[in-house]
Amino acid sequence: MTLVLSQLFTGISIGAVLLLIALGLSLTFGQMGVINMAHGEFIMAGAYTVYVLQQVITGAGWSLLVALPVAFVVAGAMGVLLEFLLIRRLYARPLDTLLVTWGVSLILQQLARDVFGAPNVQTRAPELLTGSIRITDHLVISSSRVFILVLALTAVAALTIVLKTTPLGRRIRAVVQNRDLAAVSGLATARVDRLTFFIGSGLAGIAGVALTLIGPIGPTMGTNIIVNAFLVVVVGGIGQLQGTVIVAFVLGVLQSMVEYTTTVSVASVIVFIAIVAFLQWRPQGLFTLRTRSLA
Amino acid sequence: MRLLRKPVTGFAIGAVLLFGVAPLALGDFRLDLLAKYLCFAIVAVGIGLAWGRGGMLTLGQGFFFGLGGYAMAMHLKLADAGPGQMPDFMLLYGQLDELPWWWRPFANPLFALSATVLLPMFTALLLGLLIFRRKVRGAYFAILSQALCAAFAILLIGQQGTTGGTNGLTNIQGFFGYDLNDPVNRRTVYFIVAAALLAVLALTWQLMRSRYGELLVAVRDGEERVRFLGYDPANVKLVAYVAAAGMAGLAGALFVPAVGIVSPAMIGVVPSIEFVIGVAVGGRASLLGPALGAIAVAWAKTALSERVPSAWTYFEGLLFILPIVFLPGGLASLAGTIRRRSRPSAVVETPAPAKVEVTT
Repeated sequence: MTLVLSQLFTGISIGAVLLLIALGLSLTFGQMGVINMAHGEFIMAGAYTVYVLQQVITGAGWSLLVALPVAFVVAGAMGVLLEFLLIRRLYARPLDTLLVTWGVSLILQQLARDVFGAPNVQTRAPELLTGSIRITDHLVISSSRVFILVLALTAVAALTIVLKTTPLGRRIRAVVQNRDLAAVSGLATARVDRLTFFIGSGLAGIAGVALTLIGPIGPTMGTNIIVNAFLVVVVGGIGQLQGTVIVAFVLGVLQSMVEYTTTVSVASVIVFIAIVAFLQWRPQGLFTLRTRSLA
Repeated sequence: MRLLRKPVTGFAIGAVLLFGVAPLALGDFRLDLLAKYLCFAIVAVGIGLAWGRGGMLTLGQGFFFGLGGYAMAMHLKLADAGPGQMPDFMLLYGQLDELPWWWRPFANPLFALSATVLLPMFTALLLGLLIFRRKVRGAYFAILSQALCAAFAILLIGQQGTTGGTNGLTNIQGFFGYDLNDPVNRRTVYFIVAAALLAVLALTWQLMRSRYGELLVAVRDGEERVRFLGYDPANVKLVAYVAAAGMAGLAGALFVPAVGIVSPAMIGVVPSIEFVIGVAVGGRASLLGPALGAIAVAWAKTALSERVPSAWTYFEGLLFILPIVFLPGGLASLAGTIRRRSRPSAVVETPAPAKVEVTT
């Protein structure tokens, strides 16, 4: 029983990481039908923000707290720049956007390699988050994982509030549901797009800060995690936060359970097969917007 | 008649270049490299068919490339080891007492050879049936195809005892009884690869100009309309996807004797998306564009990486960005424009417009 519980918690914490990464992705994908391959590098930017800040601010706890908003703005600004320079030229060609943003991600990776060096860099975690929480004698969970879970849930809650209650959220939802109608009603859709991209990319920066607590920071850290985050978005369905949340946790738990009973490599294959099977049942993802569009 | 003559002269020029000029002009080392580039070109022709003509952006061709490559490499490893023996790396890791069951059939050259092409095609058929019938397409399809090759690469790395893990299957000495260290035999391998490329091009040309080719383009540009006309778009896409998978498998199989190694580093997410770049640069919807683009990009990679390794990554990033944003038809569309300007009266097949997709 303890074993199952501890695997379950591992799964949930994998899911929390996935959720943090996929949250911004699903926002931009839902909004513009754009898959942003450079999302992983925005995560990397967030992680390096912590590293740079720790050169200035010595206290590990403070630097992490400061890093959260700074990383949000840094990654968000990168996202807006990307949207402004490239993506808005390609709205009619979503598949091409995928390739173009991949090119951007390659350049950003090499840039990180040239600026910070190819080897991974180290950051200090605050003391509060280095320990672990003992629930029973056998069930011990690390506090950094709990922190990430809390952070992910906070991000979901904040995003939900923004989307459901603020004027900006109303505009975003309007554009997701029917871009043409929103434009005709007088919404500046281009500006809404840019703001959405800012928020979505900024969330990647926050995910990057969280990742410094559990893994190495290096130029290729983005690529390693991004494929699974894409799967979460695809399976969760576009434009729907609830789908992303549920699928992130389900995928995380599935991965950790299968990994425990088999091996890491077999688990990745089984998860892939499970996803293809799931898409047989729901080809548009778990939750879909009901539209009359045929395509 | 003129329609017929044009591609035939193109093929003749290509054959002369590949079989006459290149072997004479290039040294052994460069010719080996060219053989490698031609393998990439074969994959690119398949992507051109599936993506340029069919609108399916497949980011997972590395999976099929790897299936073909591993099928070939497994046979060559077994042939190197001799009958009844185990490949050297299995003895080295020492985890196994005897050959795993799924290695055994590959000792048979006929089985292995047919598996290099049929195995990828069969897998593509199975996967395509599941995916296209449920109308999974666009970015969804692209992401799924990418996840496929990611999972495959992780699986190969994890099963080190039976697949060679990260190292892959290396140190391949012979090719059906011929010693691969002998430059003459390596030259022969080059000729085989070149012939395969020409054959694949001829096949693709046939597919493109047939009724099926028209249908494929129609599905790309308006899937629902084609459905309303009474065709099943899933089947149309399936044929192109399976053909592209077969080509990638063939390329992978030829890559093994040409380069002497196959490893997960050649089939993961990154190499799979790199296959696409030559296609985009050369012109995704044209016949020769993908092949020439793939050769040019692979050549540029070698040339640049030899001098300044970090410059290549920047250049590659720009290759993904600039042609796709500013020249969606690739270099082939440039050639079309020039031809039209110089011969305004001639009817030139217009390059396909950038894919316009309606997303929900």
